[in-house]
Amino acid sequence: MIRRFAVFLLLLGLGAIFADLLLGYTPSEELNLTARYYAEHTAQDLGAANIVTAIVVTYRGLDTLGEVTVLFLTATIIGMVLARGRKHRALQRQLPAAGELLTTGSRLLVPLILLLGVYVFVNGHLTPGGGFQGGAIVASAALLLLLTDPLKRFSHRLIAVMEAVSGLFFIGLGVLGLVYAGGFLDSRVLPNGAFGTLFSAGVMPIIYSFIGLKVGAEFTSMLTHLAETEQS
Amino acid sequence: MDWIAMATGFILILMGLYGALTNRNILRIIVSFSVANTGVNLVLVAVGYMRGRTAPILDEAVPMTDAVTRIIDPLPQALVLTAIVIGLGVTALMLTYAYKLYEEKGTLDISKCRDLKW
Repeated sequence: MIRRFAVFLLLLGLGAIFADLLLGYTPSEELNLTARYYAEHTAQDLGAANIVTAIVVTYRGLDTLGEVTVLFLTATIIGMVLARGRKHRALQRQLPAAGELLTTGSRLLVPLILLLGVYVFVNGHLTPGGGFQGGAIVASAALLLLLTDPLKRFSHRLIAVMEAVSGLFFIGLGVLGLVYAGGFLDSRVLPNGAFGTLFSAGVMPIIYSFIGLKVGAEFTSMLTHLAETEQS
Repeated sequence: MDWIAMATGFILILMGLYGALTNRNILRIIVSFSVANTGVNLVLVAVGYMRGRTAPILDEAVPMTDAVTRIIDPLPQALVLTAIVIGLGVTALMLTYAYKLYEEKGTLDISKCRDLKW
């Protein structure tokens, strides 16, 4: 009872702070200095139509590298933690077969989902999409396959190779930026190209595609590890 | 009208914290954390919103020349993109530890896990 009351008091206090923040908030009418810089310079300097992508991949590419590292660590830790209990892994009962609807549906949808995922991360510099979203979509295809057949096993080696190779290419392109352009992860290694076309914005779409592959591989590995805990 | 998204975000944070503090089942706590996480993301996006402006993507509708007066702040969006992905990673980690805990203790009730309690 006292515990409930303490929780209630804490939430009341937080709610008061939030209400104060909300009432005191006035939306700004103008872009602030940083946002104004991005709005004015992204198109000329980097040739990317999607300013968010330009920020994520180039202006703050180092943050993205850190983010990808965090995801990689998460996937590795999940693999490590779950690999311990592999001894009693044998499945005792027979799982009921997936329904006709799910089987046929997944056979139809998986290629389409993969295609959509690739489209989303290849066009990250033009449309509201990008590597992280596309990677998540690609991994959702793996999730659909696992829903259809919970005992399906993906090749860990393939996932690991894909992740490592795309990570290496990501860093490699960043280092190329150090040599041929303004700095680490600078996208102007290749010419900017015609604004708004697929082959524009320097290496930005290439980097984002590799991020997409890497994120897809990491999410798939997390899903696979969690699915392999299926037992009894 | 501008405050609806932000107010929803704050309410989601409070709901998530309430769930995390009052529930005993670790899976429910994880769901509560996800709800709170969504709330934080919503508040961050709402901060970048400006009335009457459009998404920070330049095309025929938003030419380069008047981008400054037509687009919303792109920075919170880039930030939230990061936050969503990290949030997903954190959720996956929490679920993994929940699974390990269940394997060790045979229960999902955290009030029964008293190893570090004295």
